[in-house]
Amino acid sequence: MFNPTYIADIQHLETQESMSAELTGAEITVRCLQEEGVEHIFGYPGGAVLFLYDELFKQDKVRHILVRHEQAAVHAADGYARSSNKIGVALVTSGPGVTNAVTGIATAYMDSIPLVIISGQVPTHAIGLDAFQEVDTVGITRPCVKHNFLVKDVTELAATIKKAFYIASTGRPGPVLVDIPKDVSQQKTKFAYPERITMRSYNPNIRGHAGQIKKAVQLILEARRPMIYTGGGVILSNAAARLTELVRLLRFPCTNTLMGLGGYPATDRQFVGMLGMHGTYEANMAMQHCDVLVAVGARFDDRVIGNPKHFYNPDRKIIHIDIDPSSISKRVKVDVPIVGNVSDVLDELIKLLELRKEKPDQSTLDAWWAQIDSWRERDCLRYDRTSAIIKPQMVVETLYKVTNGDAFITSDVGQHQMWAAQFYKFDQPRRWINSGGLGTMGFGLPSAMGVQMANPGAHVACITGEASIQMCIQELSTCKQYHLPLKIINLNNRYMGMVRQWQEFFHGNRYAESYMDALPDFVKLAESYGHVGMRIEQPGDIEAALQEAFKLKGRLVFMDFVTDQTENVFPMVPGGKGLSEMILV
Amino acid sequence: MRHIISLLMENEAGALSRVAGLFSSRGYNIESLTVAATEDSTLSRMTLVTTGSDDVIEQITKQLNKLIEVVKVVDLSEGNHIERELMLIKVRAVDNDREEIKRMADIFRGRIIDVTDKSYTIELTGTGSKLDAFVEAMNRTTILETVRTGASGIGRGERILKV
Repeated sequence: MFNPTYIADIQHLETQESMSAELTGAEITVRCLQEEGVEHIFGYPGGAVLFLYDELFKQDKVRHILVRHEQAAVHAADGYARSSNKIGVALVTSGPGVTNAVTGIATAYMDSIPLVIISGQVPTHAIGLDAFQEVDTVGITRPCVKHNFLVKDVTELAATIKKAFYIASTGRPGPVLVDIPKDVSQQKTKFAYPERITMRSYNPNIRGHAGQIKKAVQLILEARRPMIYTGGGVILSNAAARLTELVRLLRFPCTNTLMGLGGYPATDRQFVGMLGMHGTYEANMAMQHCDVLVAVGARFDDRVIGNPKHFYNPDRKIIHIDIDPSSISKRVKVDVPIVGNVSDVLDELIKLLELRKEKPDQSTLDAWWAQIDSWRERDCLRYDRTSAIIKPQMVVETLYKVTNGDAFITSDVGQHQMWAAQFYKFDQPRRWINSGGLGTMGFGLPSAMGVQMANPGAHVACITGEASIQMCIQELSTCKQYHLPLKIINLNNRYMGMVRQWQEFFHGNRYAESYMDALPDFVKLAESYGHVGMRIEQPGDIEAALQEAFKLKGRLVFMDFVTDQTENVFPMVPGGKGLSEMILV
Repeated sequence: MRHIISLLMENEAGALSRVAGLFSSRGYNIESLTVAATEDSTLSRMTLVTTGSDDVIEQITKQLNKLIEVVKVVDLSEGNHIERELMLIKVRAVDNDREEIKRMADIFRGRIIDVTDKSYTIELTGTGSKLDAFVEAMNRTTILETVRTGASGIGRGERILKV
């Protein structure tokens, strides 16, 4: 029988209880987020997280951003983290909430991005009984997280969340997941947030070994054909300024990986461009032919050095600085490994070099620069600027010009990603946001939402293609809800461009399933979500259109550029080949 | 090639699956794996037998060290160590075989721990190759069942793996 008095009594009772020192798991979780200084979390509600959402509803310190798919929640938290040096936080429900989030988690894991993902779980008594919306979250995510926890006891919740934030952001960063069963979010206990946490099993090494750093300095001073090759580790450890200091001090050439762009100013003369599969001719040739290679926060990935057998050069000595010992001598044997935080190690290295007051032989260095300049003359990134059809490279170049090189650029995955990396010159770290390791199509738009949340007022552009953008297109709705004035640069060539390029080069022009048929009218689509849509078909219209788009300050503008269908990304090191075996334009 | 790796890890649910998952996801060989809590009940000690080139073993120890719950890792095969494995083997033992099997068990310092009219169950401890030799020696009779624990290892003398 419905008895309103009775219900009122219970509510009264509950209020009284919450006034005592005991808090529910849900309250504790939200309090922990507040204690960690979390301002934004990206998520999607569901049965197992209802108590958590109820607590979020009752406070206003942590702002929740409602996405339209859990994958986007994690990508948004990821973009937020990459562009701000804060920890990104996502909240998803059990079962499909988690499985949808897995792509986002794996993306962050491959690129070492600090995230905390809170997932709901079915009540502890239902775990293992194939309950509604139950999956083995800890099991499913184990291979793609830095660590994960299933909290079965509310008294361990606060300490576990503290550990999650600590693990995510220290050492080599990465995503950490905390799985909270529904009953744990209801149970009560006293709340005390630990000030600090120590773990006997987890003590990342920060400072590099002094003896190893000395050896590195010696090798650097003896170098005749030096090269500095840096990756995402420089960005993650906020070492861009130190790296720049070191490179200028030594007058060595510097290249960045796809993940490392912005680690060294791209407009500087000592920057030889990105290296790797679609790196510049000069960067790849210098990598192959240098005699001392300083690798900083990079991991000799297959897309970066190609075939390790071909890369091997007995005359080349390699110094490798990385916080993760397992990244060292994994694909390439190195001579001087230095395990430590990139920023700290570079500091020591600079100090020692300044103490030594010596410099590498300047005349051999001049000869090496002359060699690099002759490689530069190949002008490997040239393209047809007189084309009557829009060349995608020109769009990126114009975007660079219109934004004064100062925008945050996110991208999806494929040809457009490579053109963005090649033609947008990043002078600052944390401005280039892309899925490097996992190569996740669908990353661009949701990560741009996170970037904009972390950097209100900044110009944020998402360079994408008509295939990638459709993998998370639903987020146009999120952008509408939160008034995110993103500029979406859709390089629309009606193909999965990179797939098509490989099919052209390696599969006899058989374009199996790589044609994007039945495309939507992107202008109308954008308009249906309440945004501005533009279609640009003439090369002469690119600049004016971009300028107009950036003038629409409060609006999301979806710019559909109709580009050359046959354009390819050059240079290209075919899979399994060596760095000096590039296909050139 | 063959390495015996010992590790101490937090005695927590899921720690074992992280190690097993690491080996399967990175394609490392795993010959045997044994694990149990230590005298300090917050710690488990695991002994892993694996094979691989020096590079692979280096990666294995690094990757194991990287697991958050792993406290310490040591490659026992880098120095002097002792390893032992326990086997329980049930064989058909009838007529004249009974005496012969008893003798054989004695030679290998095994103990018969269960007897029926038709079978013996023998307990045997030693290195893996000793157990292999015993299985080989028992081949003349009918082996009904064997169960082996996989190797456990410990460093010799002052080599100690402790937190």
